[in-house]
Amino acid sequence: MNAQKKKKTIKTIKIDVEKCNGCRACEVICSAFHSSPKYSSNNPAKARIHVICDAVRNIYVPVYAGEYTAAECMGRDKYVIDGKEYDECAFCRASCPSRDRFKEPDTGLPLKCDMCESDPDLKEPWCVQWCLADALTYEEREVEEEEEERPEELEVGLEALIDKYGLDNIVETLARLSEAKEE
Amino acid sequence: MRYAETGYNLEVDLTKGSIEKVATDPELTELHLGGLGTNAKIIWDRVPPEVEPLSPENVLIFSSGLLCGTPAVGANRTIATTISPQTRLLAFSMMGGFWSPELKFAGYDKVIITGKSPSLVYLWINNDKVEIRDASHLHGKGALETATMIREELNEPRAQVLAIGLAGENSVYYASVEHGRSSASRGGVGAVMGSKGLKAIAVRGTKEINLARPEEFLKLCNDILDYIQVRVQNPIKGVPAILSLIGSPQEMAIHDEKWHTTSFAWGHARQRRKDFWTKERAEEWKRTQDQRVERLVSCFNCPMKCGAIISHPELPTHRYMMKCYSKLTYVMAAMADDLDFGFKIAGIAQEYGLDGYTTPQVMAFAIELYEDGILTDEDLPDFPKDNKERFYYLLHKIARREGIGDILADGVYWAARRIGKGAEAYDHNTTKKHEQMVIKLGMLNPIYYIMYATGEKMSITQIEGQMPQAPLPKDYREEFVKDWIHPPTGKEEKFKEFILKWEPRGEYAFPFWPPPDLICELVEWQEYMHYIDDCTGICAGLSSFPLKPPYHIHNLPLFISYGTGLDIDEDRLWEITHRNRNLVRAINARLGLRREDEKPPEDHWKKRFPEYEAKLLDEYYKFKGWNKEGIPTKETLEKLGLGYVAEELIERGVLTEDGDSSTPEGASAGDKSTEQ
Repeated sequence: MNAQKKKKTIKTIKIDVEKCNGCRACEVICSAFHSSPKYSSNNPAKARIHVICDAVRNIYVPVYAGEYTAAECMGRDKYVIDGKEYDECAFCRASCPSRDRFKEPDTGLPLKCDMCESDPDLKEPWCVQWCLADALTYEEREVEEEEEERPEELEVGLEALIDKYGLDNIVETLARLSEAKEE
Repeated sequence: MRYAETGYNLEVDLTKGSIEKVATDPELTELHLGGLGTNAKIIWDRVPPEVEPLSPENVLIFSSGLLCGTPAVGANRTIATTISPQTRLLAFSMMGGFWSPELKFAGYDKVIITGKSPSLVYLWINNDKVEIRDASHLHGKGALETATMIREELNEPRAQVLAIGLAGENSVYYASVEHGRSSASRGGVGAVMGSKGLKAIAVRGTKEINLARPEEFLKLCNDILDYIQVRVQNPIKGVPAILSLIGSPQEMAIHDEKWHTTSFAWGHARQRRKDFWTKERAEEWKRTQDQRVERLVSCFNCPMKCGAIISHPELPTHRYMMKCYSKLTYVMAAMADDLDFGFKIAGIAQEYGLDGYTTPQVMAFAIELYEDGILTDEDLPDFPKDNKERFYYLLHKIARREGIGDILADGVYWAARRIGKGAEAYDHNTTKKHEQMVIKLGMLNPIYYIMYATGEKMSITQIEGQMPQAPLPKDYREEFVKDWIHPPTGKEEKFKEFILKWEPRGEYAFPFWPPPDLICELVEWQEYMHYIDDCTGICAGLSSFPLKPPYHIHNLPLFISYGTGLDIDEDRLWEITHRNRNLVRAINARLGLRREDEKPPEDHWKKRFPEYEAKLLDEYYKFKGWNKEGIPTKETLEKLGLGYVAEELIERGVLTEDGDSSTPEGASAGDKSTEQ
């Protein structure tokens, strides 16, 4: 089997919490960019980045909205960094049922950072451009990924399903689905 | 749809316990913009001069500015307006931070508070849900402590809270309203809030603010950010370091305090210490500051880091946030050479909710009186020997209005009169009953003379700005004017010529130069830029205060127009500002402000010229369209659409029927006839 190599651009925003000045300009410009029409309104509650601010403890953490998840985590983690305890879920990017972060305030629909995808492309996501404190910096890197990964992923996923439902069930279901597709 | 503003105010009557969301008249935006402008209109309409400042009838307004909550960089100011218990004139104290954008996102432009609650309460504004909640458990709590407790009990870490401390609860005349890294400190707005039984206002909002012309507006915002980046790399040459940058003075970031410590007066605004700033001192202070400052922080949507998180192990809260100059005010007033004292006492004073300008001066005044035998051990039992200890002693008594603290809690002007025994002579640094900047200078500065005399914002830093404070060194003048785009249209050449000609001595030097007409124009320009900021909510640190700021009279009309959809050009903005300035003056005239009140602190300058000063004041009043008492004439008011103001002033005998002259002290209308 010949593994196909594929080029992929990884977009990264590096967050330096020490440099954050807590101004929340990132929230402002994010929500403005994602309003419709563009920039027509502004509402940090709809931003896909939030700065967790707790001045009394000198904690400033910008967090980006990640994937939506339907399920809550089983546990809640707490981090202690340099003697400062960060609240549970502080660093989590998920839009999840356990909290209202990264959801449209009116509809509850999940929000997710899209790196300000637009046509034409921006040189950097808006939040990075508006962060003059340089707490946010944008990095792009090219990686080559082997297509093989996909079957691997599939295998892992199928295994999880087999664990859960049993091999017979999965086979039956697959057979039924492929019949349905052929029809 | 309303753009930039929400179009709603929240009316809260604490006597009745009623809360109402009221739509505002869009025409008022066109006439007064917002913030201070519309606040002044409300005060004029609702607070007649008979109202006692600490009575339920006084109105306390916490307003956002017109552009707060939009992406306009640094538009985050809250404009608190009420009648001051100290000056008994209009107080318009302001603060930065996050409160007023959050209020806009909750759907309101202003919170208007009247009445008095029978017990201590706080207000919780959560979008459309607004509650008056019991605050009896917050009695005596520090301002920052209160904010933390409220956020915890509401389980809403994103709520923005403004609160008073013990000083506000006890209606200390210079009690502040605190909001984390900012405070509305001047004029005793905290005292008025306390008199209403209101401990705090917490707000959380998740709605939009709309823009009329979004693409154009965003372009302006990006231009501002670009300019800021260039400007911070290019400090103005030929002025002290502290004046060379933008933002509010960068007290938290810079270590070099030569200018403040050697140019400003120590003690009760008495002595200069020209040789204070030695190399050893500089090193020691740097060590202290680096130890105490944990992080530089900003207000909402602003890249300037004018505030800092201060940590001090001896404070109960451990950390607090400091804004610029309070780092030095206590140190210098106490004649303490130790910067760490400043970081500690400012933290305690902030929890009490006390103004960092006035409080140290009042305490230094008390020490002077004690040293000169006017206050005795009877007034100050167990008064410590050490000045720093004395400051803590006085601070605790003032916040509690305990013993001598009850008298000192009214500020230098009132305290001097209550103490008597010659204490009045020690009241040398107030104007309009309010403590002023602690600067003692030599030669009269005619521009600052007019600003000090006629300013109604009680603090010179909220009137001055954009102009160098002294002649620039010859080599830097051409460079300064080269890209000085800031003067108003039509005045550029005149103002530039002034900068180029201005000398420390000789023909083109103070006090008899520049000519009065130019002085008037320079004063009006500086003051009006602040008035515009007070309406838009843009921070003076990016606009009216520093040299060559990002915002100016040429781009502000665009911000307002693109934001609101109104068509407001430079001329119209100037006219609105005229209107607001005259309305503020009319409110104060109705409250009794007259020419005799318009005096700078008596020893602000050593060299004074009473006749010349009187002439300057005459010229300025004339220039403003005010009469000899400094009251706007009927004609001036009518031209600005303020005919109803003129009518009332005439009815009350403040202006005469011909509208041109006032009737001070019982003179009857028509005394000064100009016709027949």
